[in-house]
Amino acid sequence: MSLMHKFMGAAAAMALTAGAAMAEPALIFDLGGKFDKSFNEAAFGGATRWAEETGGSFREIELQSEAQREQALRRFAEAGANPIIMTGFAFGNVLTEVAPDYPDTKFAIIDMVVDAPNVRSVVFNEHEGSYLVGMMAAMASETDTVGFIGGMDIPLIRKFACGYVQGVKSVDADATVIQNMTGTTPAAWNDPVKGSELTKAQIAQGADVVYAAAGGTGVGVLQTAADEGILSVGVDSNQNHLHSGKVLTSMMKRVDNAVYDAMTAGMDLEMGFNIMGVANGGIDYAMDEHNADLVSDEMKAAVDAAKLKIASGELEVHDYMTDNTCPVE
Amino acid sequence: MDKMPHWADIVLIPIISLILAAFFSALVILAIGESPVAAFTLMVEGALMRSAGWGYTLYYATNFMFTGLAVSVAFHARMFNIGGEGQAMIGGLGVALVCLYIPWPHWSLAILGASAGAAIFGAAWALIPAYLQAKRGSHIVITTIMFNFIAAALLNYVLVNLLRPVGAMDPASAKFPSGTHLPTFRDMFSTADNILFRGSPANVTFFLAIAACVLVWFLIWRTRLGYELRAFGHSESGAKYAGISPVRITVIAMLISGALAGMMAVNTTMGESERLILNATEGAGFIGIAVALMGRSHPFGVFLAAILFGFLYQGGAELALWTSIPRELIVVIQALVILFTGALDNMVRMPLEKMFLALRRRKA
Repeated sequence: MSLMHKFMGAAAAMALTAGAAMAEPALIFDLGGKFDKSFNEAAFGGATRWAEETGGSFREIELQSEAQREQALRRFAEAGANPIIMTGFAFGNVLTEVAPDYPDTKFAIIDMVVDAPNVRSVVFNEHEGSYLVGMMAAMASETDTVGFIGGMDIPLIRKFACGYVQGVKSVDADATVIQNMTGTTPAAWNDPVKGSELTKAQIAQGADVVYAAAGGTGVGVLQTAADEGILSVGVDSNQNHLHSGKVLTSMMKRVDNAVYDAMTAGMDLEMGFNIMGVANGGIDYAMDEHNADLVSDEMKAAVDAAKLKIASGELEVHDYMTDNTCPVE
Repeated sequence: MDKMPHWADIVLIPIISLILAAFFSALVILAIGESPVAAFTLMVEGALMRSAGWGYTLYYATNFMFTGLAVSVAFHARMFNIGGEGQAMIGGLGVALVCLYIPWPHWSLAILGASAGAAIFGAAWALIPAYLQAKRGSHIVITTIMFNFIAAALLNYVLVNLLRPVGAMDPASAKFPSGTHLPTFRDMFSTADNILFRGSPANVTFFLAIAACVLVWFLIWRTRLGYELRAFGHSESGAKYAGISPVRITVIAMLISGALAGMMAVNTTMGESERLILNATEGAGFIGIAVALMGRSHPFGVFLAAILFGFLYQGGAELALWTSIPRELIVVIQALVILFTGALDNMVRMPLEKMFLALRRRKA
């Protein structure tokens, strides 16, 4: 009996401390895992940067199963974590159901739109950034053939592809773009071997610049491109350093900034629809010492000009997801 | 004569195995610099001290009951059905088709229809390995495990190409219509000012699983078919001599096994996600093997073992939420329990048997 008492006491104490310690933000990673070298890792990077700069701490969880999505959201919300940030479109359905139950908790979801008064939806104009790197790829290509390797075949990745093709065609209307998707399931985000095979196949068809929009699969794409002596384009994070002098540039989707901003804002986080694009620095292409020799001044000038035009609205890149079609192939 | 008393077989061995598993798990947790006591408290607090925790524990347990029973039934006929995972996936397809394409007026009818769909699809998926075993002698372990991969590929194709709504990102079917939504424990047990099981996925399927336990018990020990099944399991030649057809028993045992595994999908697909998703089974088909081994292939044992594994799953989720124990290590802990209760059964059994024999000799 006394043992049981002690035990209950310990449990209660634990529950209390858990409650009191929490007014801190929480970050939930998607099934891909925290260290995917790409999307989730960028989010983790943003959170770490916030923690280092402010000395704050945050809760995090890597999901093990689908059923845990809702569980993680509810448990963090009940424990008072605020705001709760989640990465990935797969949370959309669950958040739509959970958010109304916790009106005092602020949620931020990346890559998906959830219409609720306490949700901040952060989406990126990936097509704009893909357009910019597409231009650069077309200018760097000598065979007039460039490649695109997507991860999972979903509208979001077709949006990447469509922007890329538009960028390529804007430079060279006759250029060929070879497009491949790695797969149709979430496993396609983490299959570097298949990424490598697809790269070889594209090289055989004459591609000399390949753009990987495939999460962890892209590691294999970049590796093979470097091994075979062609150029590649990284995605999400700045991946130029992975193979210095072999990666033309990276399409940066600043998931880290989105997470960092959300954590910095804390309780003052603005709700609603948030578009991160070229205009507000949410999307950009990467320039650093690793690719300085690959990008000529002329290329940079052309791309920067297009960037300004996109930012000012003068140039509109078609977004695949608005009508599920792409004007160019 | 038995080497040791019955109670030792069904009570002592699982408990000793569990203590061993807990001991090694504690070592693992210590090795990464966390406190095993705090971790265990956290698991108990999160899984058993709150109604929502129970909601998750029982939700997982429901899955394990179905798959555990599936393995048990096949095991009474001495067949090792490793294909529960695939049968459950295909069962999920049956549930989805029934829920999406038949306009159900009320959930009570829908659950009957969905159970039938799940059972038929799951059984059909077990039929081919069963036929190959019965007629061609292809080993059931090999065929069922290969059918898991075929099931995953088939489900993938169907979800991506046929059932996925236009423009959706997830490889998942559309949401089931509201007429098929099952009441959760929250709907059933909460009162206006006392909300229980908030947000947890446990639903009415739990009672279906208990009913399945009772039915399987009745089938195995109280019917002629059950007798034939056990006779066949104990001695194939003896059963043949008694006029029992091996082909018939093999196929029937696997059909029942597949149907039970398939019915797991009623809980996950209809009760929880309310749409068919790619990874609805989440390894429950394999956990079922451990559950059946630990439960000594007896429905009541399966019931208890399923709740234990439900606790491990939910407790593991709590560890992932509130500690810095990485999720891979939580899988290690779950694996240790499976290892000790299932695979290393003889390690505990043999010394115990020797001990009981020595005791008996001294008495005599």
